Amino acid sequence: MKIPLAFTWGLALILILGIVPPTPAAAAGPPTAGEPFPTIFLPIPKDADEKNYLGLTGSGAFKITQVKAQAVLIEVFSMYCPFCQKDAPGINELFQAIEKDPELKGRIKILGIGAGNSAYEVGVYKKTYNVPFPLIPDERLALHKALGETRTPYFILVRLDQGGTGVVTYSELAGFKGVESFLEILRKTAGI
Amino acid sequence: MTQLKGLIGFLLVAAVVSLGSAGPVFSRSEAFKENIFPVGQLKPTDSKLKVKVGGKAPGFALPSVAGEKVSLSQFLGEKNVVLSFVPAAWTPVCSDQWPGYNIIQGLFEEHNAILLGITVDNIPTLYSWTNQMGRLWFPVLSDFFPHGAVAARYGVLRTDGTSERALFVIDKKGIIRYIDVHDINQRPRLEVLMGELAKLEK
Repeated sequence: MKIPLAFTWGLALILILGIVPPTPAAAAGPPTAGEPFPTIFLPIPKDADEKNYLGLTGSGAFKITQVKAQAVLIEVFSMYCPFCQKDAPGINELFQAIEKDPELKGRIKILGIGAGNSAYEVGVYKKTYNVPFPLIPDERLALHKALGETRTPYFILVRLDQGGTGVVTYSELAGFKGVESFLEILRKTAGI
Repeated sequence: MTQLKGLIGFLLVAAVVSLGSAGPVFSRSEAFKENIFPVGQLKPTDSKLKVKVGGKAPGFALPSVAGEKVSLSQFLGEKNVVLSFVPAAWTPVCSDQWPGYNIIQGLFEEHNAILLGITVDNIPTLYSWTNQMGRLWFPVLSDFFPHGAVAARYGVLRTDGTSERALFVIDKKGIIRYIDVHDINQRPRLEVLMGELAKLEK
């Protein structure tokens, strides 16, 4: 069977562009307040409740700006990180506080990125600490690299503006110092 | 047909490249702040294994950070044992490994297994280092003097005096059932270890 060379490579290009989301380059450091949040692709959770919480449908990948919220708090964590483990109950309380507050519920969503963690390891962390919000495995550290190879736990608040852009409004290492003070930071920086 | 084969090959390569590669950088916990010594990329393994799966695990008795001596023989007939050798205190991946094991005592207990952490560091160093991890539920043993003797007996002592990042699963009869002399630059996947423990009689 004779196939024209241009067709062969053209098909290859189309297939690659179609099936593989672009991988962002490694960032020099974590995004800082005021900067646009980098375009990263995260796997859509399989769990229906998690998917529903984020306001996502279908399967494949999603961008932070697709989350149904006014702001998204991202925690870069690891199952292997002692400070993340120590913070875990407090972050759960933060989630509950947001969900109980009519002004914040549905407006601020939380998700975790398990840097260097497999799906199994993220699952162990989720089960150990009864984490109620979605945790995304980042086994090959692609997301961690795109977010500047931060230490953990690292917190990034992304304000989702109309028009589909995301702006970083808070970016801190080990920033969680208690539910009330952190809620105040989130309210102020996200403008909610 | 040749072009079709070429196309398939190109797609496979492109797909692999697009998935990225697991580099040596692991998430660095703030728990250790700036105290982790940057060792850089090391030779993945640097020793010759002296034991094998199906063979009897060499016995040992080593001092622990908690103060008592811990021997392999004390678990004979009682518990499955996981030996976790890590290269050295205050180094990147090592500091990222045991804290994970520290939150899964229940998973080890499900398989009637005890975890023994071993390094070639001395007790004061191990005391200081493991304090940064929180209170560990498993014994941490010092293979410091004679230096690396147990690591050498298992064949996981590297030429620079550190040990490999190695896991040995030993059943209740003292027989080695699984060995993973891992790339020193990478952390072993937890699911693999748990899969091996699941194969053992409790």
